[in-house]
Amino acid sequence: MARVTDLGGLAQYYLDMTPYLSDPAYWEENFGPFLNWKRVPGDDSSIPGFMTQLTITGPFINRTLFEQAGVDVPSDMSDSVTWEEWAEASREVAETLEIPYPMAMDRSGHRFAGPAISMGAMYFDDMGHPTVMDEGFRNMAEIFVNWHLDGTMHPEMWPLSEGYANAYEEFANAELAFYMAGSWAVGQFSEAIGDAFDWQAVPNPCGPGGCTGLPGGAALVGIATTEHPEEVARVMEYLTSQDVLGEFGARTLFIQAHAGLSESGIDWNTDLQLAKDALSVFVGQVGTLTQTAFDLQAYIYNRNVFNATRDRLTQALVGELTLDEAIERIQDDVDTALAEVSG
Amino acid sequence: MRLIDILDRITRPLLLLLVMSVDRILTLIQGRVGIDKMGYFFVLPNLLIFGIFVLFPMLLNLYYAMTGGTKLFPADRPFVGLDNFATLFDCDDFLSPNSCQEDLFWRGIFNTIQFVVLQVSAIVLFSLLTALALNRRIIARGFFRSVFFYPVLLSPVVVALIWKWVLQYEGVLNAIVELFGGESMRWLLDTNWAMFWVVFVSVWALMGFYTLILLAGLQSIPPELYEASSIDGANTWQDFRFVTMPLLMPTMFVVLVLSLIRAVQMFDHIFVLTGGGPGTRTQLMVQYIYTTGFSNQIQLFGLSAAASMVLGVSLLILTLLQLRLGNQSSLA
Repeated sequence: MARVTDLGGLAQYYLDMTPYLSDPAYWEENFGPFLNWKRVPGDDSSIPGFMTQLTITGPFINRTLFEQAGVDVPSDMSDSVTWEEWAEASREVAETLEIPYPMAMDRSGHRFAGPAISMGAMYFDDMGHPTVMDEGFRNMAEIFVNWHLDGTMHPEMWPLSEGYANAYEEFANAELAFYMAGSWAVGQFSEAIGDAFDWQAVPNPCGPGGCTGLPGGAALVGIATTEHPEEVARVMEYLTSQDVLGEFGARTLFIQAHAGLSESGIDWNTDLQLAKDALSVFVGQVGTLTQTAFDLQAYIYNRNVFNATRDRLTQALVGELTLDEAIERIQDDVDTALAEVSG
Repeated sequence: MRLIDILDRITRPLLLLLVMSVDRILTLIQGRVGIDKMGYFFVLPNLLIFGIFVLFPMLLNLYYAMTGGTKLFPADRPFVGLDNFATLFDCDDFLSPNSCQEDLFWRGIFNTIQFVVLQVSAIVLFSLLTALALNRRIIARGFFRSVFFYPVLLSPVVVALIWKWVLQYEGVLNAIVELFGGESMRWLLDTNWAMFWVVFVSVWALMGFYTLILLAGLQSIPPELYEASSIDGANTWQDFRFVTMPLLMPTMFVVLVLSLIRAVQMFDHIFVLTGGGPGTRTQLMVQYIYTTGFSNQIQLFGLSAAASMVLGVSLLILTLLQLRLGNQSSLA
């Protein structure tokens, strides 16, 4: 058994537990939509494992800073706030309080994808091939680059890192007004910030393509080479029983991708109201996820797209490439790598 | 009876037994292969280690460089000949990385050239100056020798993190700059400063090692030569020019070759300090090889292996060139 985050990328190694489970229908019923994320293309029936944690990308704000700066929190006044409105409000907070960073986004193509889809990015062409050559993707990329140039975004995080980088420290130190991360950060902020200031998850900003984040998460899967598939299935059945999974979610503050728990709800094991509120916001976001967001998460080579997006946009941020060159390079990188796979 | 005598009494017969057995085996082998070929037998262990851990991986790398696809096992990989090399060298204008198919490879090459020239020059110069200073009779000479060598003992990750904290926007350097009325800067975000700082940090971290080599070279110069030059009326500069430098030249070439090889292979300090950024400004060839072959979801082992072949051959040519120049210089 293994806990994995590259769900589709490792799918070829997973054990199909169907013959060993006492009630496969329970799995289909409760984990149905998320089983696909762990299957190889063309497979629509195997049961390789379950999500230990469903994540949704989305922003956090430091509400205390907004209040100290006398700036209205845009999501208090409207259900569909745009990225530009958040940027303007965050800049105002930073300027008024002289904090260093109005906004930050994790250095990750996965984090960028939600906003891009909200701006209309399609991510797949009619043939199902990944593409970034559309107006929606370009619009979000352009906004993103401009925000780096005008100081709205944390200036060092994307240009000066290799691979993933985050701004937990800056947010926890109240140096940052608006931070695009995701539901997994709730546990960390509960520990690191507690109630030192009012931090809050807010709904994903909106654009012409919707108000979506990107789903994701980690899964516990059986490995096909095991010599004890029956035992693996038994342990999995125990772990996925509603009580056990509910308690696991309550203690870890992880959102669960289990239909039964979604209906009954989870009694989060924290006294921190800020954490409970944040989790409620993310749970509420599940309904706003677009089909493109689900498709992209299910796409087996999505990290290929995410990494190329991250690295090439970084080059555009520092002026090594123009925005159009960067987008062309993303597409080239994706196509070249996929050609190697099929070749 | 002293402990050493007891040990001697126990170990002596054992050692004797060991020597006799080895002698017997070697005599037997020598009888079979003849004395002329015994040399091969003695270098065989080293050759085996070299073959398994150096030669075999090199040949395997060459094979990977001529195969495509994403499969790991050589037998599963389709043979593509020189396609990977053709991809690397597919450029409209070799001086403009953006015109190349593998633009990151060429950015890596240009950055590596710049880094190597700056870093090796700085290392040789500052190591020499430091060695000369530490070779003089100065107060607390032992302490200063330790101070200069200490960074060599630190892990590259520790070195890079220390300097990252110094150079970050709210770091020590900006605090000092502000103390003197200056304005804080984002030192690593500026494309020109970033290259300066990665060179600076790597020189700081590594020069102690080369200083030590040069110091050993300086100490091996016979003092009589300085006495003789002094009798001839030579001043300090003439001592340095006509005694120190010629005799230190062989050591200087060792330092040059070693520092050049280390500079071309540089990865760890830069990876932690700047991640190759801003953008790809400090991304060297080794980082390109690593990201292409290992850190992407779809791992292009063939392209990565081809790039490492290019790097290896360039290094070989440079080293041979240096050795040749070194030989010519010592002959002259």
